[in-house]
Amino acid sequence: MMFSQEASLKRQSFFDLSFRSLTRVSAFGVLALLAAIIVSLVDGSLPAIHAFGLGFLTSPEWDPVNDKFGALIPVFGTLVTSGIALLIAIPVSFGIALFLTELSPRILRRPLGIAIELLAGIPSIIYGMWGLFVFAPMFADHVEPWLNRHVGTLPYIGPFFSGPPMGIGLLTAGIILAIMVIPFIASVMRDVFDVVPPMLKESAFAVGATTWEVMWQVVLPYTKVGVAGGIMLGLGRALGETMAVTFVIGNSHELSKSLLMPGNSISSALANEFNEAVGDLYTSSLIELGLILFFITFVVLAIARYMLYKLGMREGQVT
Amino acid sequence: MVNLYTRRRIINAAGLSVSVLAMLFGLFWLCWILFTLLAHGLFSLTPAVFSQMTPPPGNSGGLLNAIAGSLIMTVVGTLIGTPIGILAGTYLAEFGHRGWLAPVTRFINDVLLSAPSIVIGLFVYEVYVVKVRHFSGWAGAFALAILVIPVVIRTTENMLRLVPSTLREAAAALGAPQWKVVNFITLRAARAGIVTGVLLAVARISGETAPLLFTALNNQFWSDNMDQPMANLPVVIFQFAMSPYDDWQKLAWAGALLITASVLTLNIVARVLFRQSATTH
Repeated sequence: MMFSQEASLKRQSFFDLSFRSLTRVSAFGVLALLAAIIVSLVDGSLPAIHAFGLGFLTSPEWDPVNDKFGALIPVFGTLVTSGIALLIAIPVSFGIALFLTELSPRILRRPLGIAIELLAGIPSIIYGMWGLFVFAPMFADHVEPWLNRHVGTLPYIGPFFSGPPMGIGLLTAGIILAIMVIPFIASVMRDVFDVVPPMLKESAFAVGATTWEVMWQVVLPYTKVGVAGGIMLGLGRALGETMAVTFVIGNSHELSKSLLMPGNSISSALANEFNEAVGDLYTSSLIELGLILFFITFVVLAIARYMLYKLGMREGQVT
Repeated sequence: MVNLYTRRRIINAAGLSVSVLAMLFGLFWLCWILFTLLAHGLFSLTPAVFSQMTPPPGNSGGLLNAIAGSLIMTVVGTLIGTPIGILAGTYLAEFGHRGWLAPVTRFINDVLLSAPSIVIGLFVYEVYVVKVRHFSGWAGAFALAILVIPVVIRTTENMLRLVPSTLREAAAALGAPQWKVVNFITLRAARAGIVTGVLLAVARISGETAPLLFTALNNQFWSDNMDQPMANLPVVIFQFAMSPYDDWQKLAWAGALLITASVLTLNIVARVLFRQSATTH
């Protein structure tokens, strides 16, 4: 009797150990996955790194015929379109979060929140298709001529907004990216606004602050780390977005001052050219582009997560 | 000079109106995109879409092989990714209280959660497609599995953390070994939430195009061999929408409507399911 009990105990602790190890191996797998991604991308881009060195980052050349490649134009396009997206998305997301946390009638709060999240659920290829067939023609017919006439003639910012109204280009891509990242930023902002202790807000209201002042001078300062984290999260999304941009950016390897001209981004260069790339150096240059993209988004997303953790930690200390 | 109170009231009113406008701005795009999809998609959604293969340019046809390919790869990708995700999420919530592994994994996982999917496609191309020298359904499924894992890990961990510790302690006090406590008590208590996470992951991968471009590629014909290039809706939509042929563009709209409808349905089902389980607890 004693003997079998001991055996059973032993068996159970063996199961315990195996189950724990199994979960630990899976968790470790995530780290291994990251390492594998980095190693394989670096390995794939070695020929390009050897051939072009650091000059790859600053060269605007992209000439598959003569095997000369540089990353400047796609990197520039990625950064510019994401920048435009953030310029539009930040204020709109703040407005939406403010509406959902403070203004919306209680019954509408949930359906409206879901509606905004559905915007995030729409696959990016749908944004691309809609952008190409619906938004770009409308933009070319109605908005770009207006920009040409009224903004394009201004000093300093004029050159950015002049050019043929084709509908596709950096500006269009930026606007569509903005629509795509609004739900991400807005939902993070809403979540962090929700964790502000009601007492803080009520005290501000009690001394006579208006809703706007409470938002601007109490809620926002309290949550600024989280809000910044949400914005970085949106930036990370915008930088890596592929299909929506590929449809509307125009895929031209030319550097232009005007935002109305077609350009290229890292992800759309990959989507368009990778399967057609002939020759080791061409493929390898594209993989190096992927490596650069992974590096940029990794840094941005890591900063975003760090900021959100920091807010979460302070939250833990307060309560 | 207007007095201070009036000025503050005006600023408040202006700020709040802008907030309402921002909300309308967001809803406006949602409605516009959905309206466009319905207007173009419903018109092209004929029975042939579900019964015929993707046609050569200029012919009529359907999307049957693409729909089937998408379903196969999504299911396989989910089947590969879900167990790994649940196990790793369990480690983070149940066993990783000490040591460096859990915090580092959590951080890396959160970063991978929104890493660009096209890079995942490149990765699978490098480690799988290059080695076997051809595109295949397996490669596509692997790429999708890599996208599933972080989503499932995140929701599993969050849901397990919601399970009250008293439940674990009660089971332990009855003498249950830890593996039984986790498998039969906490994971079971968190089941609805984990299912929600899996549904959200499925919703995410079923619209993904970028990782399939370099892995599954496309196939004009019926294919149920996972070792061959495999047709799938997103890549077919991409190819057909970019083409100059009218028939192809119509099919692309039909496919776009199908994908969006299924993704949004999955999203809503997941939310409803989660809400029901949250209210019964």
